[in-house]
Amino acid sequence: MTDLALEINNLEKTYAGGTRALNGVSLAVPQGDFFALLGPNGAGKTTLIGIVTGLVNSTAGTVSVFGIDAARSPEQSRATIGLVPQEVNVNPFEKPLDILVNQAGYYGISRAVAVPRAKQILKDLGLHDKGGMPSSQLSGGMKRRLMIARGIIHEPKLLILDEPTAGVDVELRRSMWDYLTGLTKKGVTIILTTHYLEEAEQLAKHVAIINKGDIVEQGTMEEVLAKHPSTPLGAGDEGKYRGGKLEEVFLKLTQNPT
Amino acid sequence: MTYYQKWISFYTIVRKDVLRMFRIWAQTFLPSVVTSALYFLVFGAFLGSKIGEVQGVPYVMFVVPGLVMLAVITNAYANTSFVMFSAKFFGRNIDEILVSPTPPWVLVSGYVAGGVIRGVLIGLIVLSVSLFFTHLTIHSLFVVVAFLVLTSIVFALAGLVNGVYAKSIDGINIVPTFVLTPLVYLGGVFYSADALPGIWGTITKFDPVFYVINGFRYGFLGTSDVPLLLSFGVLAAFALVFFGIAWYLIRTGLGLRQ
Repeated sequence: MTDLALEINNLEKTYAGGTRALNGVSLAVPQGDFFALLGPNGAGKTTLIGIVTGLVNSTAGTVSVFGIDAARSPEQSRATIGLVPQEVNVNPFEKPLDILVNQAGYYGISRAVAVPRAKQILKDLGLHDKGGMPSSQLSGGMKRRLMIARGIIHEPKLLILDEPTAGVDVELRRSMWDYLTGLTKKGVTIILTTHYLEEAEQLAKHVAIINKGDIVEQGTMEEVLAKHPSTPLGAGDEGKYRGGKLEEVFLKLTQNPT
Repeated sequence: MTYYQKWISFYTIVRKDVLRMFRIWAQTFLPSVVTSALYFLVFGAFLGSKIGEVQGVPYVMFVVPGLVMLAVITNAYANTSFVMFSAKFFGRNIDEILVSPTPPWVLVSGYVAGGVIRGVLIGLIVLSVSLFFTHLTIHSLFVVVAFLVLTSIVFALAGLVNGVYAKSIDGINIVPTFVLTPLVYLGGVFYSADALPGIWGTITKFDPVFYVINGFRYGFLGTSDVPLLLSFGVLAAFALVFFGIAWYLIRTGLGLRQ
């Protein structure tokens, strides 16, 4: 029995057009962790997530989810994962309750179990009064919450969130993080990609920074922050915007990769 | 997944599709009613009286099986090609199933079952419409039902393959317009192969739809241009080939995964 939720070894991906997205990435995510996978746009985060969830075929390397080889037993592996993708991809004509119950159905969960569970999740995420309206009528923030609800309806052991709070207001973001950190307390492993680095810094126990298809840093949040102390302000830097510690590390590693 | 869980996943795919087709009944069912009524009016009431008998029955009675098959084929095909294409192209909600543990054969079966339900319902509707223009005799109910279902399966599978491969909306229109429609019209909807001059009678026998229409017509009239078993064999062979192609495409992700 492995104590890793996700283990990736030498993962490579070259797209049909020749674009190289991953150059032999290796990564280990402990069970029960809140793991931040950070990187600039086009770094390879979504490709990596796509391979783990079965939406993208890898070129080389292995992915193991709770000890299950994702290439050899894709269905078994996928049963343990919940995905909240970056792009809103709910069917605009379907109602939130139907979306959740259908999603549960694809995981083999009967309607008798799925309907009350879906109603509870909609309630928990503040969508209880929206279950019967077409999802096209939901606001952007509501659609984001609906996607989270869809990602957890089958009670996954590993939840992957690909920029779940993009375009979401502060109040809603806070309530979403409260809900999601509550899931980690129940043993759910969370992998998060986000461009809100303050959130990652506060929430994540472990962090990996990916740039141009390579992992340029990984470890516990404390280790990574300690390893790259803040650079002092230079002459003429007074008054310029400075982000949090992680933001400084992130910029240092992705603008001047070692 | 256990077999029961696979059944739930299959049922979920089918239920979702059936609800969709009934929700937009004016697009899915009504056009075939109008078109077939016009065909029966023109070829039955107007032209039929001048043509007289074909294979020992009034012309309108002769064309009923062919017109039913015309509707069944186009609807079964359109259902799966459109549902698959729209799921992968408009919002990528096909990912809901692709990230789940639903095995490829269950996904194929679910989509095809939706196409078969629409094909069979359309067949029954068009048959009902034909009763306003002629009376029908049934030589073998088993043959009628078998050809109705088998034809729906074959063309639902073909539509699914088209939907998976199509890269634009044109991709799901080109095959029906330039391949399917000519095959159907030249497959003996309006004539018997015996009546065709010279080489045309032989060429028609290379059209797979010819066997579909003749087998189905045999179920009503008890006469066919080719042996019934040959018609069954051709349909069964196409069903196996198309199922294999659809399963392979979804298993490997060609056209669906990156």
